[in-house]
Amino acid sequence: MCLAIPGQVLTIEGNDELTRQGRVAFGGISKMINLAFAPEAVVGDYVLVHAGFAIAIIDAAEARETLDYLAEMEAEDLS
Amino acid sequence: MKYVDEFRDAALARRYAEAIARMTTRPWTLMEICGGQTHSIVRHGIDQLLPEGVTLLHGPGCPVCVTPAESIDAAVAIAGDPGVIFCSFGDMLRVPGHDGSLLAARARGADVRMVYSPLDALEIARETPDRQVVFFAIGFETTAPATAMTVVQAARDGVANFSLLVSHVLVPPAIEALLSAPDNRVQGFLAAGHVCTIMGYWQYEPIADRFGVPIVVTGFEPIDLLQGLYQCIRQLEDGRAEVENPYSRLVRREGNRTAQDLLRRVFVVQTQRWRGIGDIAESGFGLAPEFAHFDAGRRFGYATVAPERPSECLSGEVLRGLRKPVECPAFGTRCTPERPLGATMVSSEGACAAYYRYRRPVAVPA
Ligand code: SF4
Repeated sequence: MCLAIPGQVLTIEGNDELTRQGRVAFGGISKMINLAFAPEAVVGDYVLVHAGFAIAIIDAAEARETLDYLAEMEAEDLS
Repeated sequence: MKYVDEFRDAALARRYAEAIARMTTRPWTLMEICGGQTHSIVRHGIDQLLPEGVTLLHGPGCPVCVTPAESIDAAVAIAGDPGVIFCSFGDMLRVPGHDGSLLAARARGADVRMVYSPLDALEIARETPDRQVVFFAIGFETTAPATAMTVVQAARDGVANFSLLVSHVLVPPAIEALLSAPDNRVQGFLAAGHVCTIMGYWQYEPIADRFGVPIVVTGFEPIDLLQGLYQCIRQLEDGRAEVENPYSRLVRREGNRTAQDLLRRVFVVQTQRWRGIGDIAESGFGLAPEFAHFDAGRRFGYATVAPERPSECLSGEVLRGLRKPVECPAFGTRCTPERPLGATMVSSEGACAAYYRYRRPVAVPA
């Protein structure tokens, strides 16, 4: 139900604050998605999509940090 | 897929499991709130990677499962009106109320349609001005903004034949209710990452303080879940009870302000009934007075909520982490996904359905 999936913004149309939308690619398929809750999203960004709405922009640097977290903790524990 | 595959890395998952085993010195009982996380944990066998003594309880965070049977009864009754097109998310259709499910109503001739977004229901209303279109608005804080945006668009464009049956639930009051229960066993929480995407996590800081439990904002992929567990157990071992946010690629402390502003405009916080748990104060959303004319309950005369009726289903105890699904006598016998007794067996995010799908003892071929 709270399933939300990451996709990449391909196009953005309109600038009405309620109906701003864009085409978002999920792997092989793409869909029109409402972007009103991600007003800063630009073409190329990855967004998290739930029930037809982008609810957040994915922060690439933070994603990297999550993947490196354990290695950092292990290094800290050894030092 | 980017931002999915790298968070399923098997070697990293194994290293997490080893790191957790190294640091765990005592038994701990943790709970993941969200049904999406329950599904992912059972599917990927994350609980089986944990050291003995670390117990994962599955929380009440499946909106489909906690939607009260009385709301489903109202949905079925409204859908039975021949002038109505009734729209719902797919996972809600099979959930039984007292008088059957929406799917059963459809078999009797009701026009029940599955939609992916509430905007799809609004679109149907625009295209069919001679029929009443009703959307069954369920879900947590993750989904409520989609409902709110749809209401605001309908109001702005004066779509008079559109209304909503609202049954939105809120997570923090449910956590407080669980922690306040005398039989509570939960020592640490994995908070639902996508709820926090919208609401942020500042709301959990006073809860962590007051009850002395660590709360870790956690995502849905195996690495996210293992990191959440790692940080939660680490806090317990260190004697800390803080809110931490390893799901930082999507969650910021203050959450999504644009979405929150809209929620405040469209909804008021009210007492909400949770299936199997009961009424929890300030744990749900109703439409604010400005938008009350979009309330399908009012429009069709189903405003009152009847008292909960007893049933054989133990999903209330499952949802509060007091029992595992396999401890229910009906599990897998009188209750299966084809013939569910309770909502936790219907939704793929319900703990009973997850155990039925991934954890049934299977006969070993001779
Ligand atoms: S197995 Fe069925 S009857 Fe038992 S708690 Fe789960 S949903 Fe209810």
